[in-house]
Amino acid sequence: MVDRSMRGAAAIVGVADAVSPTGELDGTVRALEVQVIREALDDAGLTIADVDGLFTCTTPGWAASLELAEYLGIAPRWTDSTQTGGSSFEIHVQHAAAAISLGLCDVAVVVYAATPRSSFKKGAGGYTSRQSLPGPTPSAEWEQPYAMRMPMGAYALAASRHMHQFGTTAEQLAQIAVDTRTWATMNPRARLQDPITIDDVLASPVQASPLHKLDCCLVTDGAGAVVLTSTERARTLRKPPALVLGTGTCHTHAMISEMPDLTTTGAAVSGPLAFAQAGLTPADIDVAQIYDSFTITVLLLLEDLGFCAKGEGGAYVADGVLAPGGALPANTSGGGLAYTHPGMFGIFLLVEAVRQLRGECGPRQVAGAEVALAHGSGGVLSAMSTTILGTEATA
Amino acid sequence: MSEPLVIPAPDDAPDRQQPPISPAAEPFWDATRSCSLVIQWCRSCERAIHFPREACPSCLGTDLEFRPAAGTGTVYALSEMPSPGNAGMKGRAPYVVALVDLPEGVRMLSSIVSADGPVGAADVAIGDPVRVAWEPLPDGRHLPVFVRA
Ligand SMILES: [Zn+2]
Repeated sequence: MVDRSMRGAAAIVGVADAVSPTGELDGTVRALEVQVIREALDDAGLTIADVDGLFTCTTPGWAASLELAEYLGIAPRWTDSTQTGGSSFEIHVQHAAAAISLGLCDVAVVVYAATPRSSFKKGAGGYTSRQSLPGPTPSAEWEQPYAMRMPMGAYALAASRHMHQFGTTAEQLAQIAVDTRTWATMNPRARLQDPITIDDVLASPVQASPLHKLDCCLVTDGAGAVVLTSTERARTLRKPPALVLGTGTCHTHAMISEMPDLTTTGAAVSGPLAFAQAGLTPADIDVAQIYDSFTITVLLLLEDLGFCAKGEGGAYVADGVLAPGGALPANTSGGGLAYTHPGMFGIFLLVEAVRQLRGECGPRQVAGAEVALAHGSGGVLSAMSTTILGTEATA
Repeated sequence: MSEPLVIPAPDDAPDRQQPPISPAAEPFWDATRSCSLVIQWCRSCERAIHFPREACPSCLGTDLEFRPAAGTGTVYALSEMPSPGNAGMKGRAPYVVALVDLPEGVRMLSSIVSADGPVGAADVAIGDPVRVAWEPLPDGRHLPVFVRA
């Protein structure tokens, strides 16, 4: 079956390249990327301020589109670091056209630069380094000399700022860990299943002030996968479908020192985008899976997603709203704090959200869960993506 | 302006993790050899930029220059490390890592230190005014750190 709704819905409106008969170009890869982006935008009569979709697949660091967006000073709502070698950019155009046709972004930039020839002559790795990205990462130059413990130090900075600005307390953060652990007591597959108290959290060793060990996620092994198909086809398959009702994405930085406001994440953009697409509000969410890398992560995300006002997260969580029986059952698997956390927890948020919508969660099942939210956070509060799922009844 | 405040690491401390030098930041690091803090500016939109880039993150312009910074700042966020984040600070924990807002309009990650000895989270607060100090690096550069003003 071919869906023709994408046909002609998006167009390439600006192009640029940089080459030389000598086979070599001056300047760094980043400088070349910026140059061709600027020229392609000029070609289209657009500026960098118009760009809300970014596609790139090469980086000296760990996350191509995050680091380039940080360098360019943009906060895209569509991001793509798909790397398939030489065909990456045709795939980027396909993804961009799909996103644009659905209104998920408006102006997308696809970019590539590499300098293997001049890098080889300079003795910097040579042709075997296919991407040939000389130069240090910004983190090595501007953050690592200060020896912040990572990643907890970055989140600790955010916690310190939220406490200073809004009076949030260590006890309020600890309540998030306590409630998450209560859910884990009902999950026989959780790594940590013993209940804890606020005092337990506060008595655990400080990892990076003001965060304690029990404010921090686990380090475990783990794996997860999800499968998607059309809703039409889903209805013919074995299990009840979890419909994708709304999605939203925004990333704001790669390094914590480049985060514009340490008390507000890109979830303040991704959440409203997802809710608008779903035609729902936070009040409609029956069960929430909110990335709990650290307790402060959950607190910031609850505010940014609109479950409470900015600055009021501490008071919101203080009475156990996230716990079994609370108004917003959250991280029902036991979360990254107690279930599992192999480094990137986002897949497990989706798995648990689907299991809740199917009613497969046994003692920790949230009765009558029809709408679930899974919110992933990547990097150091850097990259945010919100997924709202619903049962067939929400179609 | 007062004399630059140089605060060497303790005698028995290992070297800090050396910051590499990116091409765009060469003037920044060169200036640290004489304990001078300079910040990159975009001449097109008159905006300070940090970390230094090859193009302005506001306008993608390349008409950039480095200008002396006031050398003052305000603590925006801070965290005390109970143990070292990397081998460069071995034996120096606990110590304070902070984000410092400069009056030029940019923010830097840095250390809060004192000429009088170790600094903990109880010794400094968010909102405190600070000024730049310099920790010598083995290659003749200095690492910008901050003391309470
Ligand atoms: Zn500019």
